[in-house]
Amino acid sequence: MTELIKHSAAALAAKLAAREVSAVELTQAHLDRIAAVDGGERGIHAFLHVNTAEALAVAADVDERRARGEELHELAGVPIAVKDLIVTVGQPTTAGSKILEGWHSPYDATVVKKLRAARMPILGKTNLDEFAMGSSTEHSAYGPTRNPWDLDRIPGGSGGGSAAAVASFEAPLALGTDTGGSIRQPGAVTGTVGVKPTYGGVSRYGAIAMASSLDQIGPVSRTVLDSALLHEVIGGHDPFDSTSLTDPATGLVAAARLGNVKGMKIGVVKELGGEGYQAGVEARFADSLEMLRSAGAEIVEVSCPNFDYALGAYYLIMPSEASSNLAKFDGVRYGLRVLPEDGPMTIERVMGSTRAAGFGDEVKRRIILGTYALSAGYYDAYYGSAQKVRTLIQRDFDAAFAQVDVLISPTAPTTAFKLGEKLDDPLAMYLNDVATIPANMAGVPGLSLPSGLADEDGLPAGIQLLAPVRQDARLYRVGAVLETMLEQSWGGPILAKAPALAELAKTTEAK
Amino acid sequence: MDATLSFDEALEKYDPVLGFEVHVELNTKTKMFSSAPNVFGDEPNTNVNEVDLGMPGVLPTVNKKAVESSIKIGLALNCKIAESCTFARKHYFYPDTPKNFQTSQYEDPIAYDGYLDVELSDGTIFRVEIERAHMEEDAGKLTHMGGATGRIQGADFSLVDYNRAGVPLVEIVTKPIEGAGARAPELAKAYVAAVREIVKNLGVSDARMERGNVRCDANVSLRPYGRETFGTRSETKNVNSLRAVEHAVNYEIRRHAAVLDSGAAIVQETRHWHEDTRSTTSGRPKSDADDYRYFPEPDLVPVVATPEWVESLRAELPEPPAERRKRLQKDWGYSDLEFRDVVNAGLMDEIGDTVAAGASAAAARKWWMGEIARRAKLADVDPAALGVTPAVVVELESLIASGKINDKLAREVLDGVLAGEGTPTEVVDKRGLAVVSDDGALQAAIDQALATQPGVAEKIRGGKIQAVGAIVGGVMKVTKGQADAGRVRELILKTLGVDG
Repeated sequence: MTELIKHSAAALAAKLAAREVSAVELTQAHLDRIAAVDGGERGIHAFLHVNTAEALAVAADVDERRARGEELHELAGVPIAVKDLIVTVGQPTTAGSKILEGWHSPYDATVVKKLRAARMPILGKTNLDEFAMGSSTEHSAYGPTRNPWDLDRIPGGSGGGSAAAVASFEAPLALGTDTGGSIRQPGAVTGTVGVKPTYGGVSRYGAIAMASSLDQIGPVSRTVLDSALLHEVIGGHDPFDSTSLTDPATGLVAAARLGNVKGMKIGVVKELGGEGYQAGVEARFADSLEMLRSAGAEIVEVSCPNFDYALGAYYLIMPSEASSNLAKFDGVRYGLRVLPEDGPMTIERVMGSTRAAGFGDEVKRRIILGTYALSAGYYDAYYGSAQKVRTLIQRDFDAAFAQVDVLISPTAPTTAFKLGEKLDDPLAMYLNDVATIPANMAGVPGLSLPSGLADEDGLPAGIQLLAPVRQDARLYRVGAVLETMLEQSWGGPILAKAPALAELAKTTEAK
Repeated sequence: MDATLSFDEALEKYDPVLGFEVHVELNTKTKMFSSAPNVFGDEPNTNVNEVDLGMPGVLPTVNKKAVESSIKIGLALNCKIAESCTFARKHYFYPDTPKNFQTSQYEDPIAYDGYLDVELSDGTIFRVEIERAHMEEDAGKLTHMGGATGRIQGADFSLVDYNRAGVPLVEIVTKPIEGAGARAPELAKAYVAAVREIVKNLGVSDARMERGNVRCDANVSLRPYGRETFGTRSETKNVNSLRAVEHAVNYEIRRHAAVLDSGAAIVQETRHWHEDTRSTTSGRPKSDADDYRYFPEPDLVPVVATPEWVESLRAELPEPPAERRKRLQKDWGYSDLEFRDVVNAGLMDEIGDTVAAGASAAAARKWWMGEIARRAKLADVDPAALGVTPAVVVELESLIASGKINDKLAREVLDGVLAGEGTPTEVVDKRGLAVVSDDGALQAAIDQALATQPGVAEKIRGGKIQAVGAIVGGVMKVTKGQADAGRVRELILKTLGVDG
């Protein structure tokens, strides 16, 4: 493995600007890494599609422009991976589902347009739980992604592909989507950084919707600064997304560079800890609090009593919206079409056969849940009540942020569990998102960064920062301080402690 | 066909209650939730983009112009306008609906609690209460190929055209309409006509029923006279001409009456209207418990209509058609009967334009309701389509007023105009049609006429001045109608030494 790919995106951008390395070399190095560690029986399997030719062409174009002295975006030539829930022209988009196998989008997601405008080579599309439904990437119709820290463990989900790609140095940056923790929880279990921006801060146009009122695209990276850099590329108002903010958060990179917590009040959420949280996760969390205190922050405990109901309410709102959003996958206009094997060939039966064959169990489970929750006679008790809980959670946040600048908790209750361990126990699987869900329910931004390795299993644990709506900069400000102090205590980035991956024969698709 | 009672018999026994859902397609440049063009009649699936096709990842955005049009419709229907309203998803799987849900409004329509005063043919005003008018999107169009009926059942395959998918619709829903009695079918027609007239007048819809711009679902139920509760209703879908609305309501009243008379219950269902047999057939069962799993559209933020915005739109509203009619009748000085004839002939706008161009109201009516209507009928076209412009009528009238031509000649001039010979003045010149007003030429003709009818001349001298008409007639005959009849009369009296 070349040392080049171990650098942060910010460092790589500096090398490109200083012409120490070309964008083509950099992109090729990552493609080589993908070829070396992603495939095969025991490969990471972070990628569902590798976009070799286009990535290299974009990189070559960047090199040419730079040679001509053209002014380029700071991240121009820095390659990136894109979660396969986000549509891209020129590459297939599957959402991790058989129902979209082979489908090519005729349009680019707004965030992809922004990546192209910044001239960032797109390395490919990353694996995910089908339609982002899951916490382990095991629900991908194309097989699970492995955790680079332990190939027999899950990389988190739904964005396990993006997190694993970044953790295994296949990409310096990636895009994820976060509906209930799909960026942050994979970040926690792979020792990487992930941010769910304020709802509306990043356009959702072109992100295949799971739960429209909860979904948000965000950055995946190895450092806090890198996430801030990517966040500024993809953020901003989009007229194609009615829910996008007209005054999105700014000053993110500046906040990450400032990194100062002196005089800040940080609230520990009482309800996000204790029972169900692994000892090693809580120990690393306590260490981090101590560091922040020593850096000049005031740590106080706050109570958000309605967070106890967040998971239950989430599992009504999310499936309700998902059941509606996934209705369009019917085999009529695009994607898989399966004809009934016998009996009359009616449109209903074609739709039924297509959906029966095209959707996996977890997707069907949520469609059924959501359809039920929205049904006449049940709507008020389920969807209606869940929306009330949502309002209460928002009030809890309001009350908490009246006392403190940011909130803090472990990102996920446990470190990475074994592949297959929770596959047959949906409720256990859902509990992974208990700490990340409240942010989605209230639309507030959240950042996860590694807090260290749990003593009992040596696997990474994550710490989550939450800020008020539009105050995404606070996450970067606090996150950068904590990251610096933690890395000092570790003597370097946490990923330096990850076991080396066995590299496959170095063949690349590029040549 | 189902058994029916005669209309009179049905009405004798039962009290009809009506209800209408009228869908109005707006004529905005783009669709309700996408930037694709809203154009009728183009090649299938050309006016579509990824949003209209329900591609993965797309999001809707609200067409502001469509919201303005909806508010205008609400105001014209005397509705309250919601200060804030939301969209909702209405779910049902059908291939003409790309997302398998329709984005509509549910709990909070943009306009609600209004009314429309509908004028029946005899001038009776019937107030129809409006429950709501809400915004939604149209579906695509399915064409079922093969099979005998052109319906989905038995078809070999179906083609979908998504050009119409996403076209902005306003659905106007009435409250139950009670008390129409035997006039129910007439009221049905008049109501839909009034809605069509309003949206056309507002300029928010092309309002062409034959193109589906205005579509009516007609609900009918019967109950014994004196009963408060409504009977079970049927909903006849997509009745798409005014005549059909009248006939469909008439038919359903007669059908319901026969079913009720037989002791059976009305099935709550949709009905299909058949123009050829002027009857309905059973569609699908429709219960109030149809589960569309409505929930608030999470991809759209609420539409906020500030009072300032609503008032600025109100200020833009054209004069309502009913008020305009009242004003015009008064301005033109027509009797009720004259005015109703004009309205029924559909010539109000033409007469208005002609008056505006300078003709008197009486002259405008004379031409449009007389000569022009007669010719249109012969040619089997609309009077407006005949090619007579208000300017032509004004010019003919001024030629008559100046004495250059008379009514008879004017008709000949019109022949020339319609034959493309130029303006009325040019036709007069080219055809040499000017009235003979040279006294010398007239005097000769008068002398001749008096000489051939000495008895009449005597009567006039004796004081029977009305007899002068016979001599005038004789002169007109001699001059082939080109004489100025007024001048001829004067000269006759002068010749005979009688005071007119």
